[in-house]
Amino acid sequence: MENKKFFSKGELILILAGLVLPFVFFFSPYVQGLLIFIMMWVVLGTSWNLLAGYTGQVSFGHAAYFGIGAYTAALPFLHFKISPWWGLLTGGIMAVIVGYLLGVIVFRLRGPYFALGTLASAEILRIAFGEEEWLTNGHNGILYITTWVTKYPYYFIIFALAIGSVLSVKLLMRRREGYYFLSIREDEDAAMALGINTKKYKNISMVVSSFWAGVAGAFYFIYMGFIDSDTVFALHNISIITILVGIIGGVGTIWGPAVGAIIMVLLQELFRSAIFGLAPQWVSGMHAFVFGLLVIFVILYLPGGVVGDWELIKKKLHINSKTEKS
Amino acid sequence: MEMFLQSLISGLLVGGLYAIIGIGMTLIMGVLKIINLAHGQMLMVSMYIAWVAWYYLGIDPYLSVFITVPIIFYLAELISKYLLNPLIEKDSILPENQVLMTVGIGIVLVEFMRFIFTSDYRSVQTSYTGQAWHIGGISIAIPLFWAFLFSIAATAFLFYLLMKTDLGRQIRATAQDRLAASLMGISAEKITIFTYGLGSALIAAAGSFFLPIYYLYPDVGPEFTAKAFVITILGGLGSTVGAIAGGIVLGLAETFGATYIDAGYRDAFGLIIFLLVLVFLPGGLKSLTKV
Amino acid sequence: MGILTLKNVTKNFGGLTAVNKVSFTVEEGEILGLIGPNGSGKTTIFNLINHYFPVTSGEIIFKGINITHKQTHEIAMLGIGRTFQVVKPLKRLSVEDNVMAAAFARETTFEGARKVAREVLEFTHLDHVAHMKAGGLPIAGRKRLEIAKALATRPSLLLLDETAAGLNPSELDEAIDIIKAIRSDLGITIIIVEHIMKVIMNISDRIHAIAFGTTITEGSPEEVAKNPTVIEAYLGSDYH
Repeated sequence: MENKKFFSKGELILILAGLVLPFVFFFSPYVQGLLIFIMMWVVLGTSWNLLAGYTGQVSFGHAAYFGIGAYTAALPFLHFKISPWWGLLTGGIMAVIVGYLLGVIVFRLRGPYFALGTLASAEILRIAFGEEEWLTNGHNGILYITTWVTKYPYYFIIFALAIGSVLSVKLLMRRREGYYFLSIREDEDAAMALGINTKKYKNISMVVSSFWAGVAGAFYFIYMGFIDSDTVFALHNISIITILVGIIGGVGTIWGPAVGAIIMVLLQELFRSAIFGLAPQWVSGMHAFVFGLLVIFVILYLPGGVVGDWELIKKKLHINSKTEKS
Repeated sequence: MEMFLQSLISGLLVGGLYAIIGIGMTLIMGVLKIINLAHGQMLMVSMYIAWVAWYYLGIDPYLSVFITVPIIFYLAELISKYLLNPLIEKDSILPENQVLMTVGIGIVLVEFMRFIFTSDYRSVQTSYTGQAWHIGGISIAIPLFWAFLFSIAATAFLFYLLMKTDLGRQIRATAQDRLAASLMGISAEKITIFTYGLGSALIAAAGSFFLPIYYLYPDVGPEFTAKAFVITILGGLGSTVGAIAGGIVLGLAETFGATYIDAGYRDAFGLIIFLLVLVFLPGGLKSLTKV
Repeated sequence: MGILTLKNVTKNFGGLTAVNKVSFTVEEGEILGLIGPNGSGKTTIFNLINHYFPVTSGEIIFKGINITHKQTHEIAMLGIGRTFQVVKPLKRLSVEDNVMAAAFARETTFEGARKVAREVLEFTHLDHVAHMKAGGLPIAGRKRLEIAKALATRPSLLLLDETAAGLNPSELDEAIDIIKAIRSDLGITIIIVEHIMKVIMNISDRIHAIAFGTTITEGSPEEVAKNPTVIEAYLGSDYH
């Protein structure tokens, strides 16, 4: 669990690459847009991973915090013409408040009931935000003319958020909080007997997790210029994909969600573009199908995800370059 | 008063239908100990099969039960054997792996059907679709009525199976205590596979009765999965009687809620009840019956 | 007054009375053995002291404080540590991390927790497997890990629940030595629940015997071993 240096060499290289990439693709706003989405999913995946992968509270409704964050940026704009950029500050905070309140309800539940409780909460929010037209413009959504046309500033903002989220998780996991999260995950009863106030620490995990998801939501509104309840509170497109990003990349690892985000976005684009136009048109509708297969495959054979089961993957792919010592 | 009666009758009829979905899920939950988020997708697949049978072969949806049930039953058994059972033994960081597996299965099923049928809405036209009987100012939708009768028949059949047959006893034993059951010579694995098939077959049969009532499109599943687990929790895990009660309560809640409160929140009522039950009455309605 | 006192503690589960007006006092620095046939309520008593279950009636006083209605983690922080009969290691963490998680109860820094963890691991003869995943330990190691985790929280009172079950003779001797050292070197008071007579008769200063949730008798090991009611409750015991 200890690191002599905070960032390893490999991690520093990754971060440098992240800083440089948008410039590499200066000619293609399309690719830059993909990079932005990757970073957004890094934030969502990392936030979910803290609560689920490290603390063992598997949320099926992370869209709740994302959506709250998005609407926190959008509503002051809709009603009072206040710039949604404030949302980057307020979105996270509102998400935390909502997260804490939801936690009061759902943290009494364990295991699959917790999962369902979070799912139900997010769905109720989705329906409510869609119905209360006087407040949210209902299904018509909220429109905003984005500040810039160029993608660079948006990328660096979301990149900073991505690094921030990963950093915060890294920091937490080396401290008492991290050990307590893991103890709760492994055995909540044993944790209590060790003096761990499990309710308090579940809440701490939830606060950090929902914060990042909320900020990501606010960013989404600022970047896309449009939200509606069905989009930002989406069960499949936000909550479930967040889970998949975590699982495929690797639950309970620092960089797993980042890897998962890259895989998911690239995979989706690979299929949506019908392998960049090389394959017949019907392929473009297959990305979700492939996701499903990927989920099944990963759960059956790589439960630790790409990062968690990296040793296993190396073993399967390497053509016996070393003999195994047993 | 008339509005009340109408809501009551409609709510009851719908409730009966919901009960079947709930029973299937509670069975699966009791034996496999998982929340089957692919439950609604089985319904969807069965509805498509029934639709194809009607569209190309002119077979009445109610008769296609004899086609859809065996197909879904065997499909479900395959899924259980190769995708779900291997996970029961596996220990992983996320205990919800099985649930997530059902999510993956659900996605594959939906997208596969979408690929074949596109996202277009489909429906059937029979002599009874859209028809209703009118009795003293109350209208009773005919397809809903037949669906209700079916639920009663299916429930009776299920009770007989679970209570009176050896197979049923094995299922109940495995649900109660898997280890003890296997020590008694019951093949927990086979029972698990069978139960997943049975639960799915139930909702598959329901598909034939849903088709004349609801529009069919690939994404129709999750809504019913949600209702199924609301019912299951409401009625009490693993309790068949509870699922029936839960289904009826849900049907009534939705109908009354839509009539008297707000139609747009229809789907939310179930979820709100669900949360309330989870928090305040964790054993479901069943726990209220304990003396 | 003693470090821990139970006064007429009763626990009902529905219609079943698992613990019936049990009272005893544990003196500071002593080792109290709790014996009784299977299902007599011994582990339930631990669960009540620890507040895993709420008490139906009665009082539990620890170091002068009424802990009857305090929460489990508060009780742990006040100084009661326990091991579980069915061991609960944090499986995916290393042995050292397991103990560190416990050490954070009193330490606030990473280094502080690690120091305490290493001391405890050495004390419980687990230092050589410090980096092994806890889930990979054999049963003797897991039992010692249970004790190590509880020790790392620096308890004043330690509840040991069947720490010797499943051990072979040499592992048993090792366990007995460690338990004795907990009292003599660390000054921790111990209540020990055990089925294995060799262990409990050897270690305990006093014994409290229970059957069907009710106290049968209390006294020195020799006295209790000769008590006819105890012998009757234990027909077929391997100690005579």
